[in-house]
Amino acid sequence: MDFQERVKACVGDDLVSMTEFRGDVSVTVPRTRIVQVLTRLKEAEGLKFDFLSDLFGVDNSALGKGKKKGKKEDEEAPAAPKPPRYEVVYLLLSIEYNHRLMVKVQVEEGQMEVPTVTSIWKAANWPEREVFDMFGIRFKGHPNMKRLLMWDGFPAHPLRKDYPLEGEGEERRLVYGDA
Amino acid sequence: MGFQAYVGQGWVLSKLEQLINWGRSRSPWPLPYGTACCGIEMMAALASGYDMARFGAERPSFSPRQADVLIEAGTITKKMVPVLRRIYDQMAEPKWVIAMGACACSGGVFRTYSTLQGIDQVIPVDVYVPGCPPRPEGLIYALLQLMEKIKQDHPLYPQLAELKKGV
Ligand code: SF4
Repeated sequence: MDFQERVKACVGDDLVSMTEFRGDVSVTVPRTRIVQVLTRLKEAEGLKFDFLSDLFGVDNSALGKGKKKGKKEDEEAPAAPKPPRYEVVYLLLSIEYNHRLMVKVQVEEGQMEVPTVTSIWKAANWPEREVFDMFGIRFKGHPNMKRLLMWDGFPAHPLRKDYPLEGEGEERRLVYGDA
Repeated sequence: MGFQAYVGQGWVLSKLEQLINWGRSRSPWPLPYGTACCGIEMMAALASGYDMARFGAERPSFSPRQADVLIEAGTITKKMVPVLRRIYDQMAEPKWVIAMGACACSGGVFRTYSTLQGIDQVIPVDVYVPGCPPRPEGLIYALLQLMEKIKQDHPLYPQLAELKKGV
């Protein structure tokens, strides 16, 4: 069995889609099943994805905007159906086999909650907090679901595409202690 | 306009204002506030190779209360703004500020939600040093410019105004 088939067999019924781009395999799984899928991928013989090398969020709402100039309309591929607004991406590495895999879950607006994977990899703790900070996606069961980078009273989620590049001047109300 | 004085036997004649400015401009003790890569260049300027002490910046003062010039060398994130303000407020008058590097002047390459777009949005700046990072010579030139600026101050005008009011 080659690598893709092993991944397919391991993910099983939870597989939503699977793509390959220049040797990088990525699979999409349902939001609610992520803990089970990642546990299986971590433990499966022949895969053993024991290392979470990164975890981050994506905001797709500006996807396709600002296309390259000089490209004619008919040369473009037919527009793909618009994906859900947010994605959370897990980059896995198998130290034993030196395999890499990208696992994605899609997050619709209005259902901004994903189960935490801190029970599988402790390393997920801070990346999940960062995703919450930047996109406002909450992780269910996370031991400390607080902002990581922006200060606690910060009112927005700055990596959302509708947030202005230079911010909205929130820092003017920022004070520390009795300063 | 430098310090002019007439020296005789046992006396010196000058303007009090010039005497004060002469003293102030020749001892601008810096508060090194290096928050990013520019701080390294500031260290080079302060260390023996470039030796900013030649111009009276004799002792980097790590207490804001004993410093005259705040050398802000580096990126100021928005989270850092209250700290910067507080340090500036803690410095005793008279005080001056050098904004060193593109980041301190304007935010530099970091045009983002997390970086202050120039420290002059929160504290007054006397001399801007462009560059990413500026060379130590740049910082020394800024210090010399600042000394020129101090020499043109009128430190006694507030007292004079008080006197005229009859206080
Ligand atoms: S101006 Fe350049 S060298 Fe200086 S702190 Fe900013 S990025 Fe670093």
